[in-house]
Amino acid sequence: MTAIDIPPPLSDPRARALRADRIAHGVSLGAALVVLLVLIGVTLSLAAGAWPAFRDLGPGFLTAKVWNPVTDRYGAFTAIYGTVITSVLAMLIAVPMGLGIALFLTELCPRPLRRPIGIAIELLAGIPSIIYGIWGLFVLAPLMQHTVQPLLIATLGNIPGIGALFAGPPYGIGLLTAALILAMMVLPFVASLTRDIFLTTPPMLREAAYGMGMTTWEVTRHITLPKSATALVGGMMLALGRALGETMAVTFVIGNAHRMPASLLQPGTTISAAIANEFNEASAGAYSSALIALGFVLFVLTFLVLAAAQLMLRRLARRNGR
Amino acid sequence: MSLSMTRKALLAGAALFSVSAGAACAADISGAGATFPYPIYSDWAKTYQSETGTGLNYQAIGSGGGIKQIEARTVTFGASDAPLKGDALKQNTLVQFPTVMGGIVPVVHIDGIEPGKMVLDGPTLAKIYMGKITKWDDPAIAKLNPDLKLPSKAIAVVYRSDGSGTTFNFTTYLGDVSADWKSNVGVATSVEWPTGIGAKGNQGVAADVGQTANSIGYVEYAYALQNHMTYTDMINAAGKRVAPKADAFAAAAANADWSSQPGFGVILANQPGDATWPMTAATFILMHSDAKDATASAEALKFFDWAYANGDAAAGKLDYIPMPDSVVALVKQEWQQIQGSDGKPVYTDATN
Repeated sequence: MTAIDIPPPLSDPRARALRADRIAHGVSLGAALVVLLVLIGVTLSLAAGAWPAFRDLGPGFLTAKVWNPVTDRYGAFTAIYGTVITSVLAMLIAVPMGLGIALFLTELCPRPLRRPIGIAIELLAGIPSIIYGIWGLFVLAPLMQHTVQPLLIATLGNIPGIGALFAGPPYGIGLLTAALILAMMVLPFVASLTRDIFLTTPPMLREAAYGMGMTTWEVTRHITLPKSATALVGGMMLALGRALGETMAVTFVIGNAHRMPASLLQPGTTISAAIANEFNEASAGAYSSALIALGFVLFVLTFLVLAAAQLMLRRLARRNGR
Repeated sequence: MSLSMTRKALLAGAALFSVSAGAACAADISGAGATFPYPIYSDWAKTYQSETGTGLNYQAIGSGGGIKQIEARTVTFGASDAPLKGDALKQNTLVQFPTVMGGIVPVVHIDGIEPGKMVLDGPTLAKIYMGKITKWDDPAIAKLNPDLKLPSKAIAVVYRSDGSGTTFNFTTYLGDVSADWKSNVGVATSVEWPTGIGAKGNQGVAADVGQTANSIGYVEYAYALQNHMTYTDMINAAGKRVAPKADAFAAAAANADWSSQPGFGVILANQPGDATWPMTAATFILMHSDAKDATASAEALKFFDWAYANGDAAAGKLDYIPMPDSVVALVKQEWQQIQGSDGKPVYTDATN
């Protein structure tokens, strides 16, 4: 293509194929490098924007519970707390349900129902998050305030110890509502991923197991689950990564309060919700730097989750002798 | 409620579409900033474009964003709900003037209580937002409302989670009436709220208060009206009970001393006068006094001149309060500060 290259005669079909190879190599290498460049660029600009906050506030930024734009004192702890609590709660709800759905679809579901349910789950995954947010605010929140939360306060709220988790006036929105919305959002993701993973179990193995007289439960427990464990952990971590960064739906129902309530019924905030709420109007200087620093923390948090997923996957792979 | 709530947004969206459709035209006026006056700016822009052919490209990115953009000179004018102080104006060679006003009203959601039936005063409102009054049947509220049946329910406090001029004006008022608020929470576009739940934007607060029983929030008057929310009356600085109405906001503006602050940056919170609504606020335009593009600045001023002269009816229809004529005359004098590289004012209107 270029002047310095001495072009081999085009009549030679082998040379032409070789050159096509080289071009394909170059283009695909370029595309891959762009991804790397973008990643490095994002990291660097986040770090540069966050630097004033880390410099002025020190490591205390990560542990401080204050968020006060008036006195310009900021700490990330309340937002990190809200992010982790809502995401972990959402996973606790979504993973067992997603596994159940996938099991039903692959092992128990009558054939005519299999496709409609599968398609419905994939459609659910395609709903934009703002729709979940609006639904959460207008439908789920009143239901929580009038029915679910008073019930929780009256029952679980009276048990010593865990009672503190369910204390106090029912606002309708708060950490628990946000976790429920998040669970609904990652559920289709978890379910369709898990179903696809289950379907990759070699059919001969399953059929052989059934042939030996194993029950459905035994096949699932001893054949399907162990065969899929590696991929499952990876999938769950991907879902967790999605929950950590989810913004709009959470912003609608979490209450957006920079506080660290003991009760799950009280308002809190997450990193992405805080950024979405405050960045527009944040004055230049310490305030916007603190918000960028929050973004950096989320970046690191998500990176750690994905790294942990890789580590676990490798351990599992080694134990399985692969 | 959702239908009426979206009405303003739809209006604004329609206007935005017509504005952006003409965005290719080089002569468009460009501005960015506050979201609160966005519906009226869009409305004005639409009429102005059909009359003169000049469009307005206004990005409602928030007051903070508007200030950043005008300082970086990427737009011809910035818009902010919170006025800049004199030294900040001087430092960035900015000229500031108000365009329209609005009122901020407390809204409540208590079963059986209708709009305008409840009355609050400043100190009580501050205590509610401090978390010191936690139930609706608190003696302080009961004393102001002897005729109302108040539930013994916890108050769900709702505030703006995004930084906003509305919050700035609301906290200014609370700081004015409560020393406790001023020293422990403070006055800003975003503060560390001692209690309650945060919602994004006027719509968010309106929706949260609409959804949450026994809640209280604060929104722009226009939102309260269009969403048929239960607004409360207030006891003003003169000790009189006032309802949030256009003439009560206008009274606050009339009683203010506009020339006392550089850039007309008077805060209309807690103004004197028997008929004055205590939480009134103006929204401001920022332009550079050393205009780099004199033609663009002149076009922008021409637009605002047109709006002052012809925009009052549209403002009233969208529940904004037009500026009094006396203030407009002062603003037009201030415009002489906006000068091109030749040292001459970029725009002089015929009447001045």
